[in-house]
Amino acid sequence: MRAEGVGIVSYGTYVPRYRITPDEIGRVWGVDGVAMGKNLNIHSKSVPSPDEDTITISTEALRVAMTRGGIDPRDIGAVYVGSESHPYAVKPTATIVAQAIGATPNLTAADFEFACKAGTAAIQVCMGLVASGMIKYGVAIGSDTSQGAPGDALEYSASAGGGAFILGKDPIIAKINATQSYTTDTPDFWRREGQRYPSHGGRFTGEPAYFRHVTECGKGIMASEGTTPADYQHVVFHQPNGKFPQRAGKLLGFNEDQMRYGMVTPWIGNTYSGAALIGLANVLDHAKPSERILVVGYGSGAGSDAFDLTVTDNITNFDRQTGTPVQHDLDHGIPINYSIYAKFRGKIRLSGE
Amino acid sequence: MREVAILGIGQTQFGELWDRSFREIGIEAGFKALESSKLSSKDLSALYIGNMASGAFIDQEHVGPLVLDYSGLAGHHFPSVRVEAGEASGAMALAQAYLAVASGEHDFVVVGGAEKMTDVPDDRGAAIASSTMDQEWERVFGASMASLWALAARRHMIDHGTKREDFARISVLDHENGSKNPLAHFRNKISLDAVLAANPVSSPLGMLDCAPFSDGAAALVLGPLESARKYTDTPIRIAASQIATDFVALMHRKDVTTVESTVVAARRAYQRAKIEPSKIHLAEIHDAYSIGGLMALEDLGFYRKGTAGKALSDGEIGNGARLTINSSGGLKAQGQPFGAVGIAQVVEIVRQLRGEAGPRQVSGQEVGLTHNIGGTGATSIVHVLTRVN
Amino acid sequence: MTVARFWRETLRRYNLGASKCPECQAVFFPPRSVCPNCSVHRKSLTKMEACQLSGRGVVYSYTTVHEAADGFEMQVPYVLALVKMAEGPMLTGQIVDVDPKDIREGLPVRATFRRLRADGDDGVIHYGYKFALENGAAAKK
Repeated sequence: MRAEGVGIVSYGTYVPRYRITPDEIGRVWGVDGVAMGKNLNIHSKSVPSPDEDTITISTEALRVAMTRGGIDPRDIGAVYVGSESHPYAVKPTATIVAQAIGATPNLTAADFEFACKAGTAAIQVCMGLVASGMIKYGVAIGSDTSQGAPGDALEYSASAGGGAFILGKDPIIAKINATQSYTTDTPDFWRREGQRYPSHGGRFTGEPAYFRHVTECGKGIMASEGTTPADYQHVVFHQPNGKFPQRAGKLLGFNEDQMRYGMVTPWIGNTYSGAALIGLANVLDHAKPSERILVVGYGSGAGSDAFDLTVTDNITNFDRQTGTPVQHDLDHGIPINYSIYAKFRGKIRLSGE
Repeated sequence: MREVAILGIGQTQFGELWDRSFREIGIEAGFKALESSKLSSKDLSALYIGNMASGAFIDQEHVGPLVLDYSGLAGHHFPSVRVEAGEASGAMALAQAYLAVASGEHDFVVVGGAEKMTDVPDDRGAAIASSTMDQEWERVFGASMASLWALAARRHMIDHGTKREDFARISVLDHENGSKNPLAHFRNKISLDAVLAANPVSSPLGMLDCAPFSDGAAALVLGPLESARKYTDTPIRIAASQIATDFVALMHRKDVTTVESTVVAARRAYQRAKIEPSKIHLAEIHDAYSIGGLMALEDLGFYRKGTAGKALSDGEIGNGARLTINSSGGLKAQGQPFGAVGIAQVVEIVRQLRGEAGPRQVSGQEVGLTHNIGGTGATSIVHVLTRVN
Repeated sequence: MTVARFWRETLRRYNLGASKCPECQAVFFPPRSVCPNCSVHRKSLTKMEACQLSGRGVVYSYTTVHEAADGFEMQVPYVLALVKMAEGPMLTGQIVDVDPKDIREGLPVRATFRRLRADGDDGVIHYGYKFALENGAAAKK
């Protein structure tokens, strides 16, 4: 799928400051957390404050993008927020985010949900709207404050963070050459309406789900673009943990050097809808003109969205310092213990609430 | 305008009055005040009631006629006016009653202050107590009453070198005095160390820097000074009754370490009473939070900005010292039934000037001052009272 | 709190919408319809100009709240501050993600977007400004 002339005009990310280690989580559940962390390739994961949620994270990320790009909010024609942790079941995240950047009322807005790939799905929709000339700029956000059930393997990885991308035609810092998706009905991970924590199919989440979709989608876009892994300086995968993307990269023929900047989960955990987007942001934070990037997202249920991008000369003068560069979030955090984590994540309930 | 005198005083026990209702305490204070004068209820022509939040505390508005009714005076049909000015509701009611008598419209009026605060759970009480701050631009952002005073305290420390111990001493003084007041909510003495070590509420303020929530009522009988001797042997003249206001939110004030409304109300009161603050050695000051007491000492003109802390640590302030403050126990120890505070302050000064203050009596005082504020100082009311010789 | 009561202020709470006096140029937050500084009110009444704060300011005073305001119980201990904004107005707001030991007068902060409180489990969620230390501000002692 192509959308001529469309690319990334600006981007921003937001990752909550607090961090917890697998060791600390394992301590509470009688699990060897160090081994668990090694197994998942996760050193720490981000934890949101009690006053942070998908709406605040999305807003912070988008505000950074707006400032970096010097975007007039009135030029924003669409705001789409992809998340599996929208604070409201009914009442859009996107309207609040749009209001908070001063883009209302003359725009369209909606929330997307497709497990961890709702943000990349939003990018595809914006591409179409921009390419068709329906809007000047479109905002696609992937953001989550995910939770794993206490004691579940997911608890070691599920974290919070988001990335906001402003899509448009001019001036772009990265051109989106093509996008491609691979979608099937695969029940590897889900959360029923009204349930607090998600459920998953255990090892079923691996081969038939993540690996099949990511590799097929990756192969597909390279086939249609006539490229091989060697054509890309950077590759970004959805990263539910630090291990899956390493293996997917290997299966597709990418080396560690190409995956270096796209890997963020080992330090901030799995930010779900934010994961691939924060990985892409980190790549852009370090990218040079003409570099080519492959992004393959994944969402349970299941589907993959792939993007083939080429960085433009505009990246040289683009403001990559406003807000917090991703590397800073990977390197810095405020460590907390499980008690504070439990309090922050609402696992402690006050009476009358 | 004619001169106005206080002819009678009444006060209930302050504290957690589990077995007593709002109307009961209001009536008790009023009748005590009436009994302490030689007037009877048929001599009255108006009632004023200072009350901050009966609607929130007991779901009862329209408390003017309610108290009148249960005082057995419904058949008299005279005006009964409920006055609200936050925690300064009591003094505001007095200011209105004073004007009514001074103008000649009324001769004899009862002015009371009452609050029943323990009929709601503690957290609800705290929420109601916060209702005198700006709800949209302070409360919404997580401000509690204590936190706003704490912000003022911190800045006072930054700007004026004030020490944590300086305002802690206000609470120690209050409890020392409260120990001698049988009507006080708290009658225990507390040490400086205890105040400093108390559980934190909002740093630098701790539990013992904060006045309690109390039930209680107090009342006065006012009448023209010219005929006062007919009704009491010891009339006390209201030499000044002055109100001043300011920005509601602390953040909007010119200087958060000064309650400007207090400065202005005091200046106007001293002009009206023709007295210098240096000639006043007896005062009841509003210290819902200890730092407020320290700031009042400066804002009322007793001490220059930044020097009250030293005066407190030097022992210049205390019962019988150069300046006696809060011989009643103040808000911290006597208690803080919002609407009753401003009236109870006047009751205590009247007791002192009449020589009826028992073990806490300060000798030789001809004049006393009361200082009642609403919110963090959006309203300040200062009364100057003198003996009549 | 009813939905409308909070909703009508979102422009200010989300985006720091302020007002400016055309006479004395003073900036006010929340916006005022009359300038309190200019003694002749007629000059500013109906003429105040809308503007927006940048969100940058410095800590003017601060406290660590241990006894929470109603609805903030899960956040104790939290830091509340008076923040002097670059444009002049003083705001009251929380400072997030800071160890109370690190907060000091004069630290540079910027407005951030956070949840203020929610009307229980099934009510609306209120969002608005809080403040975060500028990157690395706490470290510069």
